[in-house]
Amino acid sequence: MREITLSKAVNEAIAEEMRRDETIFLLGEDVAEAGTPFKVLSGLVEEFGTERVIDTPISEPGFTGIAVGAALTGSRPIVDLMFGDFLFLIMDQLCNQAAKAYYMSGGKLNVPMVLRTNLGATRRSAAQHSQSLHALVAHIPGLKVALPSSAYEAKGLMKTAIRDNNPVVIFEDKLMYQDKAPVPEEEYLIPFGEANVKRQGKDITLIGTSSMVQVAEAAAEALAKEGIEAEVIDPRTIVPLDEETLLRSVKKTSRAIVIDEGHQSYGITGEIASRLNEKAFYHLDAPVVRMGAMDVPVPFSPALEDLTVPTVEKVTAMARRLVAGEMIHAA
Amino acid sequence: MSAARKKKTNAEDYLRMYRQMVRIRAFEDRANQLYLSAKMPGLTHMYSGQEAVAVGICEALTATDRITSTHRGHGHCVAKGANFKEMFCELLGKEEGYCRGKGGSMHIADQSNGNLGANAIVGGSMGIATGAALSAKRLGTDDVAVCFFGDGATAQGLWYEVMNMAALWGLPVIYACENNGYSEYTKTDEIAAGSLTARAEAFGIEAHVVDGQDVLAVNDLTQKLVARARKGEGPFFIQLDTYRYHGHHVGDINREYYRSKDEEALWKSERDPIVNFGKWLVDQGISSSDDLDKVKSEVETDADAAVAYAEAAPYPDTREVDMHVYAPSAA
Repeated sequence: MREITLSKAVNEAIAEEMRRDETIFLLGEDVAEAGTPFKVLSGLVEEFGTERVIDTPISEPGFTGIAVGAALTGSRPIVDLMFGDFLFLIMDQLCNQAAKAYYMSGGKLNVPMVLRTNLGATRRSAAQHSQSLHALVAHIPGLKVALPSSAYEAKGLMKTAIRDNNPVVIFEDKLMYQDKAPVPEEEYLIPFGEANVKRQGKDITLIGTSSMVQVAEAAAEALAKEGIEAEVIDPRTIVPLDEETLLRSVKKTSRAIVIDEGHQSYGITGEIASRLNEKAFYHLDAPVVRMGAMDVPVPFSPALEDLTVPTVEKVTAMARRLVAGEMIHAA
Repeated sequence: MSAARKKKTNAEDYLRMYRQMVRIRAFEDRANQLYLSAKMPGLTHMYSGQEAVAVGICEALTATDRITSTHRGHGHCVAKGANFKEMFCELLGKEEGYCRGKGGSMHIADQSNGNLGANAIVGGSMGIATGAALSAKRLGTDDVAVCFFGDGATAQGLWYEVMNMAALWGLPVIYACENNGYSEYTKTDEIAAGSLTARAEAFGIEAHVVDGQDVLAVNDLTQKLVARARKGEGPFFIQLDTYRYHGHHVGDINREYYRSKDEEALWKSERDPIVNFGKWLVDQGISSSDDLDKVKSEVETDADAAVAYAEAAPYPDTREVDMHVYAPSAA
């Protein structure tokens, strides 16, 4: 199978959907000729024109609100939010308007809109361009949240997001845009709410999101050399969450680590760990461990920034201790 | 009363406008009573006094033209074609309400008549209205969007972002600022620097000021601007000077610390939009005071029947609590 970059996969997904459905259009800062700072959308304006690939002023709440209104009235907009950190600028339009329109109208109005943005630290971009804020939107009922972990997922999830009749937020890891993965030439979609078991194992379950799937896979590889068989699962969407696949795995392995690049406190790792505790408690041989980003603003200095994110070494070490039956969280 | 519109041939239009204004007043009087008699859950914001604005504007629109409304939105809802029954049901949280009881007073809307919803975030719908206009332009309908908001909302930054884009892209949107002089519990003079029209004009948007107590003046101006917006000459801004008879909401009873009783009495006795229009209709020989009284009593009978109906109507089944969070998706 051919291999393409995550960037190209996103581009292909959007182009294919735009060819299929005239009501889809893109808007955001520097999406047209510039093709975004990461060049993910390069070439789209040449094919679809500036009527459908619309450069906006630097007005995130404004263009997000415009997308909500367009989505309410027969269009299917894709909003490009240049950095995930800018979510804080658009919270009212996303969380008070887009997320609630269907419910507040008793099912009469809906918002088929995609917000594509990014997450991920270690790009030396400091605290306002490095955050992983998906937990923030996952908290709000009415929004769906997808976290592609490779080019394959990026394409399949994007196509599903565009066809979804609800507001969907897709977070791409900005350090993965040039990562290649096998992506079929023929069309495919990845349904929401279906986790992907990346690797089978019986001793411990490593649940990773986005680029943390790679971390989990590398940790599983290292653990295998020590005779520990780790199962690796990528939930792919956190709203909806495929709880069933996660529970099935944890009931088998009796141990789990949840790895995610959002801040550890009040985040995705805690939510998933809590669900596993509630629903698989009597199958567990060890506490479910959260491994998120440190609860600090992301520092600039490489010497500090690298300390803040989960790594293969940290995950491997934690898995080893869990399997050995050490008291991880004893006071 | 504007001298321009004196043709008896428009009698039917005039009488419909009169009836619609009377309907709004009758609705609000009953909504207030429902609150005072503790039959209505929550609070509500009365539109009484501002009827000429909603009616003058909505009578210049077709059913497919879009509006966005505000927390003070009952008037817009009635004027855009809603029925009393579904409105009172919504106010009381009943299943037959326009939003199946999930929206209530602050989100009330007859969606089938182009009302994209009342919005409880001040200024929150400015992007939505602008997006509806972008949709109309892109999809090639000749629909116009009217964004209703109060003078208080002119302090929201979102307005300036979306006016900029509406002007850049020539969108068929009319920003209708109902200037009732009070931003919640504060005189607008104390919170608004400079002039409101100058703010729109700074973006190259044609701005108008009209007497918001004169339904014909409002309607006349809106008809012209709507026709021009359909031809691609939008956006436009209208400042409609008007007055809110009640407090910020129905519970805002003792309000002399920010607004005098004399001022309120003066507006009610000298500038009431329904009384003055009624006088004009009689003076012009378009109607008789008996006929106008008949309109009033018909409307009041309807309104009373709708209240009784809504009071007796069932609440939504408790199973509806988690319905309408997500719209179904085919994919």
